[in-house]
Amino acid sequence: MTTALAPSSADDPLAYRPVALVDLLDRVLATGVVISGDITLAIAEVDLVRISLRALVASVGALAPPEDAG
Amino acid sequence: MSSTVEVIAGRPVPAAGAWLHGVVRDVEPEVLATIPGMDGAPVRAVSAAGLLAVVSAAPLDEYGEQPLRRNLEDLAWLERAARAHHGVVEALARRGPVVPARLATVHTDDSRVAGSLAACRAELVATLDRLTGRGEWGVKGYLVPGVAAASAEPVGTGGVGTAYLRRRRAQLTAREEGQQAASAAAEAVHAALCELAVAGRRHAPQDRRLSGASTAMVLNGAYLVDDPALPRFTDLVAALGSRHPGIRLELTGPWPAYSFVAERAEPALTVREPR
Repeated sequence: MTTALAPSSADDPLAYRPVALVDLLDRVLATGVVISGDITLAIAEVDLVRISLRALVASVGALAPPEDAG
Repeated sequence: MSSTVEVIAGRPVPAAGAWLHGVVRDVEPEVLATIPGMDGAPVRAVSAAGLLAVVSAAPLDEYGEQPLRRNLEDLAWLERAARAHHGVVEALARRGPVVPARLATVHTDDSRVAGSLAACRAELVATLDRLTGRGEWGVKGYLVPGVAAASAEPVGTGGVGTAYLRRRRAQLTAREEGQQAASAAAEAVHAALCELAVAGRRHAPQDRRLSGASTAMVLNGAYLVDDPALPRFTDLVAALGSRHPGIRLELTGPWPAYSFVAERAEPALTVREPR
């Protein structure tokens, strides 16, 4: 049996916690080496995708402090 | 005509490109055969310039530029792609250093992949060297409301409306002060972690609507940590958490070193040989 995370020890508090999509997107969208593919969508720099992401998942961008801590 | 091209139902079979997952120095073919790629089929390696690029078959009717733009706007597709891509990079990272490719790096065929490897060889080798024996760890910090705002409940005379307004104003001020204190704490935590880590960087804070967190994120850090220093790093995170009660720290990882691979800022032409 394998897990998404490889815990470094049995009592590691991180053990077996699944990877949150939001943490994953932070990394796979905004970072990673840019190798000149024939098709490379540098997503962080493409307005179209960035806007769509924001619309869909209310992602990235400046974080305004919420007016109501409800 | 010496041969016939088989055409099914009048449609040509779509050309398959190569979705790049990452670059490694070496990996056994038997291992690759156990790692499912974008569409579940095992990944394969393209070898060039002494490096291996690990790729998935990427039919261009789904992964070509136009379909890709459309698909990336579909959250379900994006999640599936991100998790599949990460699954491959993660599996490779468990076995040794890997330079992860950004999501959606597609080449039209293997020879282009090989060309990229050759063109970026010096940079890739330097990055692989830098990542060897190290892992990326994430430390997120969330505002803990109320810690810096203990005096936020003034007792007031006057009417209900006045008292409400005064209370409201005091709450807003306290919240502002709490946020400032939390930002300062985040700075301090990041600086302390950077001293122990090989490198550190801060990602943009995550939107609460996306993360589902109950309070605002003030730190979204990534740290490249030497494997032997990991126990000290986790201890430090715990100690910093106690030292700064105004923020709640959360450790994630180990991650493949997504946040610490060469970026466009360093032109490949000016890469210097490592000393």
